[in-house]
Amino acid sequence: MESPLLHLALVGTPNSGKTSLFNALTGSRQKVANYPGVTVERKEGAFVTPQGRQISLVDLPGTYSLRGRSPDEEITRDFVLGRATGEVLPDLVLCVADSTNLRLTIRLLLELKSAGRPLALVLNMFDIAKRRGVTVDVAALSQALGVPVVTSIAVRKGGTDDLLQLTDRLLSEAAAATGDRANTWRPLTVPELRATQREADRIIAQTVSLPERPDTWTARIDSVALHPVGGLVILLAILFIMFQGVFAWAQPLMQLLSAAFDALGQLVHDQLPEGLLQSFLQNGVISGVGSVIVFLPQIIIIFLFILLLEDFGYMARAAFLMDRIMGGAGLHGRAFIPLLSSFACAIPGIMATRVIDNRRDRLTTILIAPLMTCSARIPVYTLIISAFIPPTKVWGLINLQGLVMFGLYAAGIISALLVSFLVKFFLMRDYQPAPFMLELPDYKMPRLRSIAIGVYTRAKMFLQRAGTTIFAMMVLIWFLASFPQPPEAATEPAINYSLAAMIGQAIAPLLHPVGFNWQIAVALVPGMAAREVAVAALGTVYAIEGGKEAAEQIGQVLATKWSLATALALLAWYIFAPQCASTLAVIRRETGSWRWMAVTFVYMFALAYAAAFATYHIAVAMGAG
Amino acid sequence: MSEICDTRPPLPLGLARRGYTGTIQHLAAGGTTSSLPDVELESRLIELGFVEGARVEILHEGIVGRDPIAVRVDNITVAVRRREAMAVIVA
Repeated sequence: MESPLLHLALVGTPNSGKTSLFNALTGSRQKVANYPGVTVERKEGAFVTPQGRQISLVDLPGTYSLRGRSPDEEITRDFVLGRATGEVLPDLVLCVADSTNLRLTIRLLLELKSAGRPLALVLNMFDIAKRRGVTVDVAALSQALGVPVVTSIAVRKGGTDDLLQLTDRLLSEAAAATGDRANTWRPLTVPELRATQREADRIIAQTVSLPERPDTWTARIDSVALHPVGGLVILLAILFIMFQGVFAWAQPLMQLLSAAFDALGQLVHDQLPEGLLQSFLQNGVISGVGSVIVFLPQIIIIFLFILLLEDFGYMARAAFLMDRIMGGAGLHGRAFIPLLSSFACAIPGIMATRVIDNRRDRLTTILIAPLMTCSARIPVYTLIISAFIPPTKVWGLINLQGLVMFGLYAAGIISALLVSFLVKFFLMRDYQPAPFMLELPDYKMPRLRSIAIGVYTRAKMFLQRAGTTIFAMMVLIWFLASFPQPPEAATEPAINYSLAAMIGQAIAPLLHPVGFNWQIAVALVPGMAAREVAVAALGTVYAIEGGKEAAEQIGQVLATKWSLATALALLAWYIFAPQCASTLAVIRRETGSWRWMAVTFVYMFALAYAAAFATYHIAVAMGAG
Repeated sequence: MSEICDTRPPLPLGLARRGYTGTIQHLAAGGTTSSLPDVELESRLIELGFVEGARVEILHEGIVGRDPIAVRVDNITVAVRRREAMAVIVA
């Protein structure tokens, strides 16, 4: 018999262990997407109950009430009330509570009752509560609340058995019942809110006994981790390890992947006859997709760190420590980790902004993330610095080349802070910044299975992206760089006859005021594929054989062909480097709108142009032309 | 102990220092400089457990201007900025 698909929804406060319960129920059978038109993550998974019911489970954004004070919370409200577009009314709502901390969830549950959907309370993390001496009279609690209550231990095998059985029982009862209970929910007034909280406290006082002392481990760790000075030192140490991981540990894997794709390309090159198909597969498909997939190790490592810290309960503490420091530039404390990840690559950084639950704060962070100097700019910086900046010592001890490199990083950070300030001031003037109010959950041992599922889901999402949007961009860029084909008797490199060259020639007059010649303009077009490709493209344009290994040689050629002013202008341009197609594609996917992608491109292009223009003309005026 | 608490003059939680312990007397969202409307601020505070009679203790302070603060509210810990904590009157 084909059983109909039943819809379940998980509702709970942030930190209720909702996500680990979701992971325990659905395993790796998850789909992550965005709700239409909003930057809110929609997590759906599937499982089968012991009696064979097919279940689709949605993990709704965490919330303390159904008021819907942010787009995330509106989703939760609309979903539960059946108002969400394109969603069905859930057959059963599971309200998830952290058993060690019932106050806020019980209040939410009392509010949920008025929505009229079949409802059950899941006391999650029941093992931790027991260990801490919390005892719950489950039967009395169920009686007092008027809803079924079940305990669960999401992270233990068999820990969700009772929940699954209850689900079967409730779903068969719901199917037998005739007619829906009425939805009488309306926004609560302040006195009503207060009354439900008192009611919740009364019920808890009757049915739950709390231990005398709070969790001593959390207090002990916090006395160090939230110390005004010590806490920042620890945060910096964690970041240092994370950075080390992203740069150093990922490097061998990235080189391996890169070599594998090169070898695969070479294999295709050798197997196929010279021609368009060969070039398409080698330069378009394999190297295009390869240049994105090499970032996979970095993405896995960053998300491993982020999910570990989140699961442990440290993320809220990091936000606490950084809140005022970031707040000066109009950024939320939670923007810190995503921005830091962007130093490796803006793509994982932008994906990591999902930890920021307020939509506007998340958008601002997404907009400025590409200004953090990503690792793909390093080859370009190194090439130009080593060719044009003498390795002299400043004040006898600082290397001038190192100083310029540092200056480029600093310029990126300063302009990011400036842009964030301007965005808040101009684009989001009517918007009241989200006040910093959040629960600092008790520390918990991270659960490896849950984290593994989280990392796997992110990696899958990234690869799907590499396979769709980014891949399409790469093919387009290959097309531009390959067509039309050079004539038979061509003497110049093939790219000089292509559409890319025509575009380069066409935009060259536009770039002339900032000191760029047409060769730079042409190199910037394939540089859209990935920023560092511009180095190889310059090599091609100047007809230098040897590709990446010849970087030093390219430098020597450039030193004879460019003025210092042009080189400095290109460095200034690359602080902003608006032409990274993968970043733009990820912004499009994460924000769910072409508009924000266009905004990012236009503002970064304007800044790049202005910076290069100013640099070129100041340098020329000082005699470097 | 409780007699001492009862005779202390009420003060906004936003002015209290680390180590302060007391009981919430009432919420007064009107007098704060928070960017939120009064009703919204009061609702959010209640949703985080700041209700009359709850025991509060300031556990930690941030490095810049001793802000934000980590407050123990009965049996949970909540981080708030002093600006919003001004609405919580304790004694």
